Amino acid sequence: MSKLVCIVCPRGCTMEVTENNGEYEVTGNFCKRGRDFAVAEQTMPMRTICSTVATAFKEAPVLPVRVSADIPKDKIFDVMQEINKVVVKERIGRGDIVIENVLGLGVDVIATASILKEAAE
Amino acid sequence: MIYDVAVIGGGPAGLAAAIEAHKKGAKVILIEREARLGGILKQCIHDGFGLVRFGKKLSGPEYAEIFIDEFRKENIEALTLTFVTKIQKTDGGFDISVVNRSGAQTLRSKTLILATGCRERTAKQVSIHGTRPSGVFTAGTAQHFTNLLGELPVKKCVILGSGDIGLIMARRLTLEGAKVLGVYEAKPTPSGLTRNIHQCLHDYGIPLYLSHTVTRVFGTDRLTAVEISKVDEKMQPIDGTQETVECDGLILSVGLIPENELAESLGVQLDPKTKGPVCDGSLMTSVEGVFSCGNALHVNDLVDYVSESGEQAGRAAAEYSLKKRSIVPVKAGGNLLYIVPQSIDLESDNSETVVYFRSREELNSCKLIIKSGEKIIAEKKYPFLRPPEMERLTVDFSRDKLDGSSPITAEIEVNGK
Repeated sequence: MSKLVCIVCPRGCTMEVTENNGEYEVTGNFCKRGRDFAVAEQTMPMRTICSTVATAFKEAPVLPVRVSADIPKDKIFDVMQEINKVVVKERIGRGDIVIENVLGLGVDVIATASILKEAAE
Repeated sequence: MIYDVAVIGGGPAGLAAAIEAHKKGAKVILIEREARLGGILKQCIHDGFGLVRFGKKLSGPEYAEIFIDEFRKENIEALTLTFVTKIQKTDGGFDISVVNRSGAQTLRSKTLILATGCRERTAKQVSIHGTRPSGVFTAGTAQHFTNLLGELPVKKCVILGSGDIGLIMARRLTLEGAKVLGVYEAKPTPSGLTRNIHQCLHDYGIPLYLSHTVTRVFGTDRLTAVEISKVDEKMQPIDGTQETVECDGLILSVGLIPENELAESLGVQLDPKTKGPVCDGSLMTSVEGVFSCGNALHVNDLVDYVSESGEQAGRAAAEYSLKKRSIVPVKAGGNLLYIVPQSIDLESDNSETVVYFRSREELNSCKLIIKSGEKIIAEKKYPFLRPPEMERLTVDFSRDKLDGSSPITAEIEVNGK
């Protein structure tokens, strides 16, 4: 049995997970998302990462980005390395892809702000 | 030109207030001192915003741009890079003196919405001794450097205080390659949300030291080390427990205080508990025609509620007309840290008043009880309450539900205590 705190929403439920022949029993969760999170923590923990990429524009030297869906927790620093290689040269906006299918994980790194477009106005 | 509503501040509270007031038919102007709208959300690039409101985990800029896009679509007037220097109450409203690149001017408005956000406590306010080297930042300043300027402000740092921004910055700096040696908290319990302790510290192996504080800093030009001490129950350093930790950065996440300089200049009464204005159910302050919302009203932990209070203030300001108020105080009694609103105007429609509160300490299996005199008007059970996690509920304070003009009191009853 292991105890964990849910990070899905600010409620932060304290949960307990018990494994029985590959089946997981979760208690303490308020909703289904908590259950899914608790089970994933036992099998393959997933996380979102948010960071910035460098740009070629003086008025906005960095552009905020995030992964379009959760990635495996143990890939966080590998994805950060990819993010840190990028220099954005186009005036892309919120939702635009910065790195497609990063490290073959099936998720994209996307821009989360339209500051480069705004600065051009 | 006389505006119906002037909103001071273009962060999430001000944007929501301006949009809502505009939708209610008011002629609105928003005044923002920075170049871009969005307030502090511009630098809060982490996700978790909008879960309550949109059911999605958005980053700060994404959340802000939803409102900025709507603000622009509605063609609401905004003055950016504009600083309010003085506000004077007049017979018909307010004269707002502003200064910007085109010079100084005075705007007139019938009502005011103060959406000025909050400020961080600084090193001087937590009495840290020693030299004055560079390398001591508030968490918000470190966040500004990292997320807006793309400059890593520290290589090896210590974080004092376990507020949410400090926890978020612990993770952020680690992701960018800095070493975060530990988060030190003088209180015996963390100040930030539990989920942030887990996803920002535990995930990255960053230790959290409770009942510890920084007592001294060392270094001439740049910070070279800090002295850490254990503290007693009264949060006083215990002599003999000092320990020196070498680092080039000290990041402070030691609390936020609502920004109310303009409010005070207008004679708005402040609540010593929230450090924001005392408001009625419509979020009008003690000064007629002046409304408060967002973190200027009380420090929120979720932006979703900042937007909600902005909308409430926007609606109320748009519908405002001078009338006599009959104010009944709402008192934060046993086990409550604070409650907002702090009063109810009996002349208004209070049937769906949004109430925000925090408990004074961690409590399990408890019940919030709101009474008018001896009459119970609202009750709600909670499996647990924690001071870092604000609670919200809707209460019917209609006149026929109340015991005349008896004071209203809110208290938390703990099961089995």
